[in-house]
Amino acid sequence: MTLFDLTLQELHNQFRSKELSVTDVVGEAFAKIRERDERVGAYLTLNEEEARAQAARLDDKLVQGDSLGLLFGLPVGIKDNMVTEGLRTTCASQFLSNYNPIYDATVVSKLKLAESVNVGKLNMDEFAMGGSNENSSFHPVRNPWDLSRVPGGSSGGSAAAVAAGEAYFTLGSDTGGSIRQPASYCGVVGLKPTYGLVSRYGLVAFASSLDQIGPITKNVEDAAYALQAIAGYDPKDSTSANVEIPSYVSALTGDVKGLRIAVPKEYLDGIDPQVKAAVLEALRVLESLGAVWEEVSLPHTEYAVAAYYLLASSEASSNLSRFDGVRYGVRVDNGGNLLDLYHQSRSQGFGSEVKRRIMLGTYSLSSGYYDAYYLKAQKVRTLIKQDFDQTFQNYDVIIGPTAPTTAFPLGSQVDDPLTMYLNDILTIPVSLAGVPALSVPCGFAEGLPVGLQIIGKAFDESTVLRVAHAFEAHTDHHKQRPSL
Amino acid sequence: MSIQSKDVEYVAKLARLNLSDQERETFTEQLNAILQYAEKLNELDTDGVEPTTHVLRLSNVMRDDVVHESLSQEKVFRNAPEEEDGQFKVPAVLE
Repeated sequence: MTLFDLTLQELHNQFRSKELSVTDVVGEAFAKIRERDERVGAYLTLNEEEARAQAARLDDKLVQGDSLGLLFGLPVGIKDNMVTEGLRTTCASQFLSNYNPIYDATVVSKLKLAESVNVGKLNMDEFAMGGSNENSSFHPVRNPWDLSRVPGGSSGGSAAAVAAGEAYFTLGSDTGGSIRQPASYCGVVGLKPTYGLVSRYGLVAFASSLDQIGPITKNVEDAAYALQAIAGYDPKDSTSANVEIPSYVSALTGDVKGLRIAVPKEYLDGIDPQVKAAVLEALRVLESLGAVWEEVSLPHTEYAVAAYYLLASSEASSNLSRFDGVRYGVRVDNGGNLLDLYHQSRSQGFGSEVKRRIMLGTYSLSSGYYDAYYLKAQKVRTLIKQDFDQTFQNYDVIIGPTAPTTAFPLGSQVDDPLTMYLNDILTIPVSLAGVPALSVPCGFAEGLPVGLQIIGKAFDESTVLRVAHAFEAHTDHHKQRPSL
Repeated sequence: MSIQSKDVEYVAKLARLNLSDQERETFTEQLNAILQYAEKLNELDTDGVEPTTHVLRLSNVMRDDVVHESLSQEKVFRNAPEEEDGQFKVPAVLE
């Protein structure tokens, strides 16, 4: 057992009894990064000097016997689309390769308040656009379970860092599945909270009506602690929900007796047979604990990917218009006029996937096509949301696979964007409906992790975490580690 | 509906992007494939369905009209590629 395998409570007990120092734990994280990250590629920027200084400050605090913050001493990695004051934030884009933020995102402030230690910024698909983490402008991330395969995207660095033991937990962002899908591919826990539960202030926007920050962890209990630290109303975010935050950790009772589970038949059709077998086995585990499940239909599932890519790309084309080389980011100036500067900076600063989505969004929003594409997609979003609303009238959670397959080989889908987009077919409907969902490891197929997706009612993260925790307590998939 | 290379060129202009010949050709092919897939939405009758722009019930967020501290000019210009006399410096807008 390594320090990474200790639970949060075990770590805190050892801090209090002076068996362990924060410097030890943070040092262990950097040792793992040095040993493994050249192969995995999870990090873009390390924060080693500041992290070690903060560890020393926290150790001084231990000597004084003060109470510990919720995430005291835990090494955290942060996806590089959340701004960190004084620490480079690139969104894995050449465009922001020189960007040094002047403020902290609200989630970063909250992590500081909870006394975790930021060890660095994590690789991702450029501006969070992608499903494989091959769209990073700097280097791809590799799946720790098989270095020839993708870790998933766009929070591939966040998932791979936890799987490789290079951070105790990480933050990712999920627009169409970018926390859950990489968590599934890398065999870790990933939670996309209800839209609005976690502040987006300081998150570089991709698709504002869909983006949501959430934790990626090695087990469900850690996810509950991390969510506790980052959830809550933020007046700086006009889309932040002002709701009461319950105790997520107290929700982990292990009791799922009488719980009603809906299993959409559309989520089991056409998926990899080994993925399906792992999911059905997971349902049997929950059934043995007293839950009941029935097959249901979410009839508009097959339309979700088309609606999502029109909506997300439209919002992206608007959000990314701010990158013009004037106030921040890379400026390419060839001596022309202002319009030339915009064109040159954007053309050289953005990668192919980002350009493709800007183009798709601009087209969808343009005169003559708005009703046919953008408005139509918004109406289909309503139908998809209604599918969930109706199902949750009779069931407590919806369960299915997180992704139709396990991690695919690097480069195998890079020239076929449509096929790549379809990998997200099981996570996108949840994003369009804005409800919470968690991916928890539920087995392996040919040595690669399989994720179980547990979907809840809006703002009912407690039930999602309770179900995942009960499942995890009766399996050991989450305890498996890749050999690196 | 299929889009042509000239449509892609026009959209690129709206999006303030310059495309190479190779990019224009690739994007024409890929956008056609994606938009053809999006035609799937027309299988659904959405007459009378309200569009969902956002899952939360949004309302204007107003704060009290009270002066408060803002970012310093020094901080605001910290990432500016070029600034002069407290302003972002850009090339000529008009020739």
